[in-house]
Amino acid sequence: MPLSLVIGCSLAYISLLFLIAWWVDKRSDKGISLGSNPYVYALSLAVYCTAWTFFGSVGRATTGGLSFLGVYLGPTLLAPLWYMLLRKMILISKNQRITSIADFISARYGKSQTLAVLVTVIVVLGIVPYISIQLKAVAFGINTLTHFGEAPPPPPTSIFVDSGFWVALATAVFTAVFGTRKLDPNERHEGLVAAIAFESIVKLLAFMAVGVFVTFFIYNGFGDLFSQAMQRADTAELFTFEAAGVTPLAWNFLCLLSLLAIILLPRQFHISVVENTTPRHIPKAMWVFPLYLLLINIFVFPLALAGKMMFDSAVNPDTFVLSLPLAKGAYWLALIAFIGGFSAATSMVVVEATALSIMFSNHIVVPLMIKTRSLGVGQKKVDGAERLLDIRRISILFMLFLAYWYQKAVGNTYDLVSVGLISFTAVAQLAPSVLGGMYWKRATKQGALTGLIIGFAVWAYCLPFPSMAMAGIIPQSFVTEGLFGLSFLKPYALFGLGGLDPITHAAFWSLMLNTWFYAIISINTQPSTLNLTQADLFVNIHKYIEGHESDILKREAKISDLRTLLNRFLGESRTISLFKEYEVANQVSLAHQKVAQADLVNFVETHLAGAIGAASARLVLDSVVKEEVITLEEVMRILEQTREAVEHSKSMESKNAELKMLTLQLTAANEQLKNLDRLKADFITTVTHELRTPVTSIKALSKIILDYEAELDESRKREYLTILVAESDRISRLINQVLDIEKIQSEASPLKKEEIDLAQLLHQAASGLSQLMSEKGVMLKYSVGFQNFLSEKDTMVVQADWDRMTQVAVNLLSNALKFCHPEQGVIEIHLERKGLYAVFYVRDNGAGIPTAMQQLIFEKFTQLHSHEHGKPQGTGLGLFISKSIIEKHGGVILVESAVGEGTKFEVQIPI
Amino acid sequence: MNLSNTNAKVLIVDDEPNIVLAVEFLLQREGYQTKKAYNGPQALEIAAEFQPDIIVLDVMMPGMDGFEAARLIRQHDALEHTKIIFLTAKGTDRDKLMGYAKGAEYYMVKPFENEELVTIVSEMLAYG
Repeated sequence: MPLSLVIGCSLAYISLLFLIAWWVDKRSDKGISLGSNPYVYALSLAVYCTAWTFFGSVGRATTGGLSFLGVYLGPTLLAPLWYMLLRKMILISKNQRITSIADFISARYGKSQTLAVLVTVIVVLGIVPYISIQLKAVAFGINTLTHFGEAPPPPPTSIFVDSGFWVALATAVFTAVFGTRKLDPNERHEGLVAAIAFESIVKLLAFMAVGVFVTFFIYNGFGDLFSQAMQRADTAELFTFEAAGVTPLAWNFLCLLSLLAIILLPRQFHISVVENTTPRHIPKAMWVFPLYLLLINIFVFPLALAGKMMFDSAVNPDTFVLSLPLAKGAYWLALIAFIGGFSAATSMVVVEATALSIMFSNHIVVPLMIKTRSLGVGQKKVDGAERLLDIRRISILFMLFLAYWYQKAVGNTYDLVSVGLISFTAVAQLAPSVLGGMYWKRATKQGALTGLIIGFAVWAYCLPFPSMAMAGIIPQSFVTEGLFGLSFLKPYALFGLGGLDPITHAAFWSLMLNTWFYAIISINTQPSTLNLTQADLFVNIHKYIEGHESDILKREAKISDLRTLLNRFLGESRTISLFKEYEVANQVSLAHQKVAQADLVNFVETHLAGAIGAASARLVLDSVVKEEVITLEEVMRILEQTREAVEHSKSMESKNAELKMLTLQLTAANEQLKNLDRLKADFITTVTHELRTPVTSIKALSKIILDYEAELDESRKREYLTILVAESDRISRLINQVLDIEKIQSEASPLKKEEIDLAQLLHQAASGLSQLMSEKGVMLKYSVGFQNFLSEKDTMVVQADWDRMTQVAVNLLSNALKFCHPEQGVIEIHLERKGLYAVFYVRDNGAGIPTAMQQLIFEKFTQLHSHEHGKPQGTGLGLFISKSIIEKHGGVILVESAVGEGTKFEVQIPI
Repeated sequence: MNLSNTNAKVLIVDDEPNIVLAVEFLLQREGYQTKKAYNGPQALEIAAEFQPDIIVLDVMMPGMDGFEAARLIRQHDALEHTKIIFLTAKGTDRDKLMGYAKGAEYYMVKPFENEELVTIVSEMLAYG
């Protein structure tokens, strides 16, 4: 097959990817997002299946039988746990704006820079060989297609004729374009993800096409293929583990490593966590992804058997996927298969390079540039974001050429699967820090650091160093005799533990020592404050977000808790008035809400801060916000743990604060009692005075009539008698209203709430006073607040006590009547709906109320006086009673007035 | 009826118009000249001009109360000989002491006896 055809197809395929990524990005800029599609997410997870899967699984199966399946069983076994594990990782990462696995670990252990660098180094060193085998696989594939049946071509003399180089360059360009298109704080790249999902489909279909071709066209189905294989000794032994040289221990470690890899590999973390748009996609991925793995593995074993039977050992088993169709003359199918393998390789390289470049630039390059002040921050002409993107792009190029170099230098020592497993073992070193960090609060930065360093060192010593030795880069003696000739340091038989394959051996020692040091050092070190708070956040993330996945940064609290808190520090009446103030200012009703939103929490904090200082306010508020995740005691405990040196003084401080709190509480309670007492005494004095006054007039005038009747003319007598009647009325009214107040304020007589129509109620109250109004020449106006209030058909239904509300309406109307303009009186009644409230007001055009008096008029026995006529008739209790009634309905009554411009009383009650 | 005092002047101060009405009737019937005021400042203004012999003064009035009005009247040069009778609903001993301390000649608690008021006024006019 001509090279130009292969290169042409590859370029066409890459262009198609460009097109898809570009189109999706363009759509997402317009707001049409693919992020809402769970299948795209599930398919993009299949970036897990690389060229290793595509070519290497078959190769592995020719020597290790079914052992290749371990790499896919691990993720399948883990998938049911994604709902807990992956979801938690996503929630944490969204909350903390985490963009890579290094970021994740660093954030967990107090945002440690050292850890971020360490993890980045481990991951880069561990993954670059993995990338390199993808390049190698593609180059291999090209060679197979172009030189099938011939002698293998000599190694390329210059990089310009090396297909591996061009593959590296092409993927680097693609990654740089779509992995760094813009600086997104969340590091989401929709176009990239869509292209990856597309590649997943391509590689699956291509692989299955070859599988179907071999199984059903070369052979007559599975049965035929298997029975032929059973007749040959070398293929029959592949059906058993023992004959294929796979021990149960190795099998278990394979499952464990792949299980860890599916969450820890930088590209898996990037796709499954960073690029995730919502955790709601997880349930779908939980079955789609394992199904994908099943489908792509069905034909691996048949292909391995068929290849082995057909070629014996004349052809590299890693190329069977291509060689089988080629041998049967199916060139088009071989080309499709190559594109499938190409897509498996590119998808892996693209995502891995994106993830690595994010880590490399964020944790190594940028901190260095900040330290050396070469980032250009503050320089006018430099675009900071553009500069960062350039760094990112250069990082990508750097990663890929590192991989290319590695392939050239040491790439031929191992087969595809082995290099992949070496990488798996490297990233598995992150497992204790990541998993422990998510479920064990006590884990410290020092523990994570020690575990990682030791695990990584053991890994390096047991896997890549020996491979370098075999490649001739370092002396081979340390492999055979142990470092410094110490036999217990042999990298394949550490501490005398021999008889294991290198991967199992390295995984066993590195993971065990890593975990052990992680635990021991964590237990024996003190975490920093930030480490502690981050630990709490990671471990208890669900409590921090409580069902608000998108709004996790909001501070929330139960309203009842806020109320209790305010009561404790500010007293009950102040609390009630504060909440009322908040309701009025924000036009909301808190009566039926349970959870206070951020602004109410802030409002409460501000007022608390006024009482006990900002720091203490924050502290006590923390005990109720976020659904009591951190109790006051817990805060204190954290503070105590933080600094052993000042532990004592801290606890003293807390005791002091507690005492202060208690004192405040006592003072407040005492003050409240005193107030109550004084109020009662005042009330009695005032009532007696108010009673004595009419009694005085009655007694004096009736005595006058009795003593001097003969001297009084008829009109004078009538005048006095009229006053007697009026003053008697005044007494009985006063008595009734005092009893009323008692009734309204006592809990024993609840409101008789029913559905009443406020429009009807206002009409009725007004018509009861119409006689008086017309006598005084007052004009009554209904004004339109909703629909047409003029028509009596309109309704405004609220839950209220009809009699009590009528009392309020009559009181407001008669006040208006009393105080409106003496000659051209106008009274306006207005009704409307404002949000959750029914609002009505009564406005007169009288003399108005001076500002100083406006709050007093709602107090008991406040009466307005005019200079000319002394006191108006009335008890001074009407507005107080109205206010009590409205408040008992959960509403408010407000006055708005200016001298000379009339007065407006507005009532708002919740609907 | 004491004829020698027919020209005596009495100022009645109360924020309750009906009480003013009753007191006014009782004193006019005795032949005294009367004027009315409904609050403290008004009382001071009228008193300065009218120069009453006696002021019948309520205590609990809005704005300036009776005690304060009495204190200001006492400071007024032209009202040196004016006598003050408190007529108030405030009836405790403490209130009474306060009243006398403010310079009142007499302290009556509401509801009052018509005869007592009339008698006190005439006695005061007769004997100073």
